[in-house]
Amino acid sequence: MELSLTPEQAALKDSVRRLCERDYGFEHRRGLLRSPEGFSRDLWATFAELGWTGAGLSEADFGYGGGPVEMAIVQEEMGRALVVEPYLSCVVVAATAIAALGDADQKERLLSGVVGGETLIALAHNEVAMRGDDAAVTTTATQGPYGWHLNGRKGFVLGGPSADILLVSAQTPGGISLFQVSAEAAGIEITAYHAVDGRRVAEIALNDVQVGPEALIGPEGGALPGIERAVDHGIIGLMAECVGAMDAALWLTRDYLKTRKQFGTTLNSFQALQHRMADMLVETELARSMLMAGVAALSDPDPAARRAGVSAAKVQISEAAIKVTAEAIQLHGGIGVTEEYVVGHFYKRAVLARGLFGGIDRHLERFAAHGLRDVA
Amino acid sequence: MNFTLAPEDATFQAEMRTLIRDLLPEDIARRGRRGFHATHDDIRDWMRILNARGLAATHWPAEHGGTDWSPLRKHLFQVELRAAGAPVPDQAALELVGPVIYTFGDAAQKARYLPEILNGDTFWCQGFSEPNAGSDLASLKTSAVRHGDHYVVNGQKTWTSEAHKADMMFALVRTDAEARPQAGISFLLIDMKSPGVSVRPIYTINEGLSVNEVFFDDVRVPVENRVGEENRGWGYAKFLLTNERTMSAETPYTAFDLAMVKDLARREIRGGRPVIEDPLFATRLARFEIELMALQAAVYRVLHMAEDDPALNATASVLKLRGSELRQRIADLAIEALGDHGLAVFPDVEGQDNMDVQAPVPPAPDHAAGWLSRAMFRRATTIYGGANEIQRTIVAKSVLGL
Repeated sequence: MELSLTPEQAALKDSVRRLCERDYGFEHRRGLLRSPEGFSRDLWATFAELGWTGAGLSEADFGYGGGPVEMAIVQEEMGRALVVEPYLSCVVVAATAIAALGDADQKERLLSGVVGGETLIALAHNEVAMRGDDAAVTTTATQGPYGWHLNGRKGFVLGGPSADILLVSAQTPGGISLFQVSAEAAGIEITAYHAVDGRRVAEIALNDVQVGPEALIGPEGGALPGIERAVDHGIIGLMAECVGAMDAALWLTRDYLKTRKQFGTTLNSFQALQHRMADMLVETELARSMLMAGVAALSDPDPAARRAGVSAAKVQISEAAIKVTAEAIQLHGGIGVTEEYVVGHFYKRAVLARGLFGGIDRHLERFAAHGLRDVA
Repeated sequence: MNFTLAPEDATFQAEMRTLIRDLLPEDIARRGRRGFHATHDDIRDWMRILNARGLAATHWPAEHGGTDWSPLRKHLFQVELRAAGAPVPDQAALELVGPVIYTFGDAAQKARYLPEILNGDTFWCQGFSEPNAGSDLASLKTSAVRHGDHYVVNGQKTWTSEAHKADMMFALVRTDAEARPQAGISFLLIDMKSPGVSVRPIYTINEGLSVNEVFFDDVRVPVENRVGEENRGWGYAKFLLTNERTMSAETPYTAFDLAMVKDLARREIRGGRPVIEDPLFATRLARFEIELMALQAAVYRVLHMAEDDPALNATASVLKLRGSELRQRIADLAIEALGDHGLAVFPDVEGQDNMDVQAPVPPAPDHAAGWLSRAMFRRATTIYGGANEIQRTIVAKSVLGL
């Protein structure tokens, strides 16, 4: 066990934080959210130049030799700045799915495209009826003379509107399979909409979309373990964003209480508020501790143990994020609920984090099913 | 960064697990799994078994009879002690006064008291709180007036854990009434058999005896029993209370409690199936497990922090605040899981700390014994060691700078 960051990891953290502080001010972000695509392609190119798009990938996967720790470092800092670029959907989720399931050619083409910043990929796995049950795929792929025919409807696909390539999960005779599909393919209909935190999501209708046999990523019928692995990385990435957002909301509120005057004194002199701030710090520190356990769980060789550890992190951290960011709004008073002030936007990210990839009940259920069997 | 236990540490933990299971007598372990305070005899016998192996105070420095294990290994040893159901040792001695003596005591004090503590020969109690000095400890009034080579002590301590069993007390006494409150306090070691010391039990809502009032009426204490300098006792107490707060995370105890709740939830039946198979109960249990995982992760962070790490206080406060609350809530969950069995008073039939009027043994299964007592006594966990409101104020001021 070694809990300090290596010099390289510390440099990565510093690099992301400094760029976000310099180029990712709240007004800049508001402008991005009003743009058609909802994020900055220029910044995305900068992320790639700085190596962030390959930070969590091993060298065999065309990255820079990092892993879950590096991924979480980048995501925590992006959560602090409420970054809206499709890092989570493309670099964390989709790239993990390819790394887990792709053959050598697919990895080289797709992953080097992600790391280089040229290709945006999204995992089009979720269907709104799934509610966190990754096996509940209803989209189908049937085999024709020249390949596969995909039919179905994917929903709330994070990063879907801007993706060049979609990784579509579908039921095939052997089980669940994964296909790479061009976002431009005939029969694909993408409806973009906005998630609560401003990030863009897509409803994707697949109407007899035809792909060749080479579109299959991983074994026919055997893609679910790789998809689950990708979703688990996504959950921990999202929880790292939560820790960054909580920490930022906590200290922003601290500064506000020290300057805002009412009844002739600054708010920090009121013990009722001091104690609520102390509880916010406790939640944040506990979430930060749990994130370390969650990051470690991603490397657990037993998939069931990995999933249980990830579910535990999801419950603990996303609920803490809701508590802390909601308290941050409350302690700010009226300004906290305005669109033009940042604190409410931390809460919005927490709301997304609580629900995305399955809600609290789903993850409690999954954890209980694993954890309680353990002691029987 | 790597949050996984290194293979050599995992091996160490497994070895300690085997060793403790081999050393711990079965009847002591059985009593340890019940929710009552361990008996004086069980604690002493167990201390001597550990001491014979040099394991009585593994968290102390090696030169004073401890070990040179890493903080992580010291913690892992505690985890295995608790998991085995070993009796809780004399914490006042091992966690509190022992470190003060080996850090601030003179050679004679170290030579006399430390071996006695390690061998379970001397039991200790902490004389800090007074009727009007609880969370506001520095307002304590018990006085010690110097007469030649003795102090004469007068006053009253209260909430004194285990005073009725203790051979010695370490006490904060006022040696300068004129100085500002923190500057006139000294740290004395008082023999409980001294003339003028009287102990009155305070029965707590668990129908047991663990805390007492202690009265001092012209008690003569040799000057050689003062630790460190006169009027510098507040500094030694602060050192000790820092230890107490870290200790208060108590996650190994909490883990043991939770394992016991799982066990009883497999035995208790509701609606024709074990309570643990009820999805509503299982999800509540899952929440506790998850929170315990987060606390354990926080413990690992504290264990790996340098003593001057600015984040140390924040994380240690997390442990105290949330750890104490979690222990209360787990005991409450057990009471609920037990149904009617959880509501029946069990006397501590093998114990030495029963109330003067003892309830009869109820017609309920043995796995229910002790839980009501635990749940009642747990109300104290958010009060002792500095009430949680004090902890919140400390966090707000020292960590958040409010």
